[in-house]
Amino acid sequence: MPQYMLLLRDAGSFPADLSPEEIQAIIQRYIGWRNKVAAGGRRITGHKLKDREGRLLRGGAGSPVATDGPYAEAKEVIGGLYIVDANDYGEAQRLASDCPHLDYGTIEIREIQPVG
Amino acid sequence: MKSNPSASDLVEHLFRQHAGRMLATLTRLLGSRHLALAEEVVQEALATALQQWPFQGVPENPSAWLIQVAKNRALDRLRRDRAFAERERDVAATFEARASTAIGGGPGVSRPFADDELCMMFMACHPDIPRESRIALTLKTVGGFSVPEIARAFLAQEATIAQRLVRVKKLVRERDIPLDLPDRREMPERLDSVLEVLYLMFNEGYAAHAGESLVRHDLVDEAIRLTRMLARHPDTETPKTHALLALMLLQAARIPARQGAAGELFVLEDQDRRLWDRALIADGLRHLDASARGEVVSAYHLQAGIAAAHAVAPAYEATDWTEIVSLYDALLDVEPTPIVALNRAIAVAKARGAEAGLHALAGLRDDPTLSRYYLFHATLGELSREAGDLAAAARHYEAALTLPCSEPARRFLRNKLAILGA
Repeated sequence: MPQYMLLLRDAGSFPADLSPEEIQAIIQRYIGWRNKVAAGGRRITGHKLKDREGRLLRGGAGSPVATDGPYAEAKEVIGGLYIVDANDYGEAQRLASDCPHLDYGTIEIREIQPVG
Repeated sequence: MKSNPSASDLVEHLFRQHAGRMLATLTRLLGSRHLALAEEVVQEALATALQQWPFQGVPENPSAWLIQVAKNRALDRLRRDRAFAERERDVAATFEARASTAIGGGPGVSRPFADDELCMMFMACHPDIPRESRIALTLKTVGGFSVPEIARAFLAQEATIAQRLVRVKKLVRERDIPLDLPDRREMPERLDSVLEVLYLMFNEGYAAHAGESLVRHDLVDEAIRLTRMLARHPDTETPKTHALLALMLLQAARIPARQGAAGELFVLEDQDRRLWDRALIADGLRHLDASARGEVVSAYHLQAGIAAAHAVAPAYEATDWTEIVSLYDALLDVEPTPIVALNRAIAVAKARGAEAGLHALAGLRDDPTLSRYYLFHATLGELSREAGDLAAAARHYEAALTLPCSEPARRFLRNKLAILGA
């Protein structure tokens, strides 16, 4: 089955000063969403990317030039990503469409090119 | 990393309760003077979970994970903030030494956590702290409530609660109020102060009006959770503690029957007793038994006794009002307040008839608190009607209607008046 990458971008933006109860409620929404996807028979894995770190390499004449922070100019950062099985873009989009992340940022969906 | 696709759900109120435990443990390690720093690192740990758990899933031992992150954040702060570390050399050194040993993972952790939480309760309810700030500080520190949540629970302004907390934390720092259990000599008085705060917390949540927010139920739950903690610990498990817990459980058992589908409130007489929580009643009666050892009969004992008399009556008509009157008599001795006297008079009317109830109320007519309380006049009206004096009944209902009361109560009174006129 094809695999899709869901890139979760946000502006670093959960509301400030959340209470412990509210923080738990948000986490529970993500967990509930993942479990729903898994319960539908679709494999899903998640990866958190480290905040405020990264390197951007540019090739060219001589040795590559590295700059800090992959998103120095970007308004939104990629907080993490999910890899999920889906039949096609339509299904991948359906699965992502009730991800709670849409309340806090955007989701970019890309199909992973299978070998061959 | 967790590749298992089905992540485990979080236990209800886990973060709120862990926030309290973590804060207690961190404050123990840093000293109560650094309560504010402890609060910051706890909040950071919870925020870190928010960043990571959606992707990585819930760790196998969420409590150990959270406390470890909070400890690491505190260590980072101590190492980075040179000025702090030099000024507070002892704190930094002891924290480093103790942080690695004080909290491990595994099953042994719950005991020290619980002790730290108890100490935190005694700190928040310390006699040096102004009475009106004790509940807010207890909810904030032990309960893991945020300022907006506390404000909502007390129908107060956020700014008011925030200022109150800032002042009181300054007081903790200045007076160096320790994070310890009081010694044997001080314990009775200090425990009284804690029990009083929990009693007020419970009442604040229990005295809910129709259609109010759930946060107020959370106050009830939290008061019960904390009182249970006291009832389990050998140093704080006294007859009085059991009596207060019994009172809370027996009252809370009736909550499911208090509100109808449309949010309307049902008084005791109109409640569907099948909706009462039998498990809570059984638990309440067990603690009432446990409260009976020893010589002390506190106001909590008597109120719990009254709640128990209602809880065991199979129907309103089967209530043992004679027993309830004698409990109110005793309560009036310990707590001679007008409200207790009013409730006693109502019980007297149930036990011995409307005339006897009116007689008991006669002495209270000049009380300034009661004369402004609609329920006092409504009770006079009700008893006058039962005694056959319809003109007096109408007068009292009309007096009640001139005083502030909720809309459903107002409808109830107008209805009574209309029936009298017919």
